[in-house]
Amino acid sequence: MTSAMRAADVLYTQAELEERLDDILCAALSSRRSAAAIAAGIAPLPRAQQEFVLGWAQVAAHNVAELGYQFTAQAPQALALFGRGGTEKWLLHALDAYDKEGLYPACAALKDLAGFKRRTDAAGEGVALTEVTRVLELFLRGLAGRRLQLEAADDTWTDTETIFLPERIACYTSREQNFSLYKAIAVHHWSQARYGSFNVELGPALAAYAEPGRALAWLNLLEAIRLESLVGRSYAGLAALLAALRPELPARLVAARERLSQADSSIADSVLLLPEFYPLPLPEPFPYMGSLHPQRAAEVRGERIAKERRALYTELEQLRQTAQAERNESQAGEPELDVDSSFDTLEFELQIDGEEVTPPEEVAKLIRSIIQDFGEIPEEYLLASGPGAYAAEDPSADEAASEVGESQAVGGRLYDEWDFRRRDYRKDWCVLFESDVLPGDPGYVAAVRVRYAGRIAQLRRRFEALRGEDRLLRRQTEGEDIDFDAAVEAYADCKSGVEPSERLFVQRQRTERNIAVMFMVDMSGSTKGWINTCEREALVLLCEALEALGDRYAIYGFSGWTRKRCEIYRIKTFGESYSEAVRGRIAGVEPRDYTRMGVAIRHLSGILNEVEAKTRILFTLSDGKPDDFHDGYRGDYGIEDTRQALLEARQSGIHPFCVTIDEEARDYLPHMYGPASWVLIDDAGQLPLKTADVYRRLTS
Amino acid sequence: MNDLHDTRRLSADLDRIETEPYYEPVGGEVALFEAAWASRVPVLLKGPTGCGKTRFVEHMAWRLARPLVTVSCHDDLTASDLVGRYLIVDDETVWVDGPLARAVRTGSICYLDEIVEARKDTTVVIHPLADNRRILPMEKRGELLRAPAEFMLILSYNPGYQSVLKELKHSTRQRFVAIEFDYPRPDLEAKIVVTETGIDASTAERLVKFAAMTRNLKGSGLDEGASTRLLVHAAQLMRHGVAPRAACTAAISLALSDDPEMLTAIDELASAVF
Ligand SMILES: Nc1ncnc2c1ncn2[C@@H]1O[C@H](COP(=O)(O)OP(=O)(O)O)[C@@H](O)[C@H]1O
Ligand SMILES: [Mg+2]
Repeated sequence: MTSAMRAADVLYTQAELEERLDDILCAALSSRRSAAAIAAGIAPLPRAQQEFVLGWAQVAAHNVAELGYQFTAQAPQALALFGRGGTEKWLLHALDAYDKEGLYPACAALKDLAGFKRRTDAAGEGVALTEVTRVLELFLRGLAGRRLQLEAADDTWTDTETIFLPERIACYTSREQNFSLYKAIAVHHWSQARYGSFNVELGPALAAYAEPGRALAWLNLLEAIRLESLVGRSYAGLAALLAALRPELPARLVAARERLSQADSSIADSVLLLPEFYPLPLPEPFPYMGSLHPQRAAEVRGERIAKERRALYTELEQLRQTAQAERNESQAGEPELDVDSSFDTLEFELQIDGEEVTPPEEVAKLIRSIIQDFGEIPEEYLLASGPGAYAAEDPSADEAASEVGESQAVGGRLYDEWDFRRRDYRKDWCVLFESDVLPGDPGYVAAVRVRYAGRIAQLRRRFEALRGEDRLLRRQTEGEDIDFDAAVEAYADCKSGVEPSERLFVQRQRTERNIAVMFMVDMSGSTKGWINTCEREALVLLCEALEALGDRYAIYGFSGWTRKRCEIYRIKTFGESYSEAVRGRIAGVEPRDYTRMGVAIRHLSGILNEVEAKTRILFTLSDGKPDDFHDGYRGDYGIEDTRQALLEARQSGIHPFCVTIDEEARDYLPHMYGPASWVLIDDAGQLPLKTADVYRRLTS
Repeated sequence: MNDLHDTRRLSADLDRIETEPYYEPVGGEVALFEAAWASRVPVLLKGPTGCGKTRFVEHMAWRLARPLVTVSCHDDLTASDLVGRYLIVDDETVWVDGPLARAVRTGSICYLDEIVEARKDTTVVIHPLADNRRILPMEKRGELLRAPAEFMLILSYNPGYQSVLKELKHSTRQRFVAIEFDYPRPDLEAKIVVTETGIDASTAERLVKFAAMTRNLKGSGLDEGASTRLLVHAAQLMRHGVAPRAACTAAISLALSDDPEMLTAIDELASAVF
């Protein structure tokens, strides 16, 4: 026993290897080509790989010793590049060449490691998750109507919001097939959430078995069968994809499928079938199936449910209030809400006091998401009293009517803040200070410019094209074209003896865009790391693009620490040019403290409104989480204040536009940014390139 | 100067719609429109492209038995393009009415499609027509046209645009009664596709399902999902023998995006139902 283990684990020594290679390759060796050099290359490899090389060396040398020699000489490098499977293919490819074309081309093939790698990569030996993540995420978003994230992991499973799947799939020879498997994994795990695999608590049902793991494996299989048929009811193409990838079902499972493929089948049906199948040997799992983690899925589902319940309550409350306002005297009590829904199609009809109402798209999405988790909208969701846990902390409780001391306000400016519970402003509630960002690395902007040189050139061209939009000025005394209207009139005047006008030309003139834009950049602590890096790069690209465009712009950062210390950091004022100093400040943009967004919006709107311009845009860049230290700004209070500040900006004639990076795509965003236009960027890495593009489209 | 508009006016007959344009009502829009017409209030149609606004106007013009004058607005369209201009004919300058003036004179329905695309100076002629004055000042002719009771002004506007330069001004918007359009409910949309193209119901349902999935992508890389118009196009291709997936790619995916990954994703969604 012990000696067998040692045989498998212990490496061949270099001397042992040399001896074996001498045997295998002798005809190809000479005084200048010793087995020792080759043995030295193979000696450090793991035992399994050593065996592998020796084994294949024999095969190669069996054709002709020279091939064995070339193979063993290159093998360590080939293994590093291609792994065992690839190395095998590389050698077989060379042996093939030997059969068809002779020794010389075969040796050339063995030596051309780089070429082989290039070709196999291109031919798609396997597909990496990173190559297909975006396509699959878009595909899933279309399918699910809500976001499902993809993440690489060793175990394949889903927690209902993230699908974990292999980093690379190379089970098949063709790229399409490997991609199909990725797609099947994605579809199967989407369907678990869509058709309710986690809608009941599975713990107790599984605990009843001596081997809960085995019961879970069977349940996974039964669910796979159930889900395939449910998917097939609406998406024939997807069911076909799943069916093509799995093995034929044994007779017993075919019978079970009868039961599981009813339109109203649920996880409960799979649980009911468990006792029958549990004692049987487990069949081979389907390649796309992965494993079930009911506990972890239940946690994520639970969080989502709580979050969505609150979000829906807030939205319905608004609808309710609108309805209440429109009611006549005779109607007593709260307006009555009713939702009729279909779990099959996720369609629903919302009624208020018996009248059908079409909710805004974001609310509809929310409702559809809840239907996915429950099969319907639970009745208690529609009650006017709302969820009990909703009573969020009241900011005034923490800081009972504490005043901003005179001394604290020195050098600061006071701003009102919106308290949604009172439906009124808190007077002079926030103190705001303005200061310059401390300059950072002076070489930073230049480095970003080099890194994005190609993109910047492209951006500048696009933005210049915007600027170049021509306008025709009519009735000019000179110009590049005749103004026919004026010419006709002049002609008529001539005829009737009136002196004709001399303004007979049209002139092309560059349209004055006359836009002023204020960029408001999140410098709160939550942007630390990657988001901050992306923000700074986004600023550089924006500046480069705006310089080409000629719009007036300013950049300010915001952060703060409680209402008594709201900070605004100057990066570039409207009066400043894109100077060395400004570049230094961009480099110095760094995460600070908290995110009190409302007051920042109010202050910067004020600055923006002082600029003479036809169109004023307040462009905020943030990570979407209004938050402050310990005074209740977090949560609904901050969301409502931010919303109110955006409303104020809008009313003052500003166009607020929010770009938000939120990896979790929070549900409150539509409500908070409602008064503004906004886009969600779910991957901070896209920020630099997207921001400028968003701005261009916003103003073209 | 000779007035040509007497002869031009006859062309309004060409704008008369003889046979009923098929329109599938999706809500109370027909009654709302009739009420607006009866009370001489202009109408603003809001909604994404391809969801039936133009068809609705055609249908209503037929219903109310009024000629229809449609102007597709573009960024070089000026007030004088709408009102009219002098031309030289046989050594004479003659005035030719623009489409708006023609519509006013003949008591037609005038539909200015995608109004935000037009030059800003067009508001000068739209505003007096759209409030209770109901007049069209024709500065160049020194004439003031008073709109007859039958005349009606309709604008369409797609709020999906994100450009702040293309928002509809409040002063304009507030002169109109707004009717909001959206893609029809799935069963109605399938019915529309069937009626428009003669495709079988099951294919139409799949197309509608596919459309819904692309609409989920709005804001995640797509500005708009597939419109009813695109579904009709795809169904027409299928009716002429194009395979379903190829038809979806040609008529829908490629119309929605140029981004290769997005195109792949949309095609994959099509393959989920076809
Ligand atoms: N309610 C509807 N009834 C009939 N056809 C419709 C309806 N909605 C959309 N369509 C179809 O969609 C096509 C595009 O509609 P259209 O009116 O041109 O869109 P819009 O003017 O909103 O851009 C129409 O030609 C018609 O085939
Ligand atoms: Mg149209």
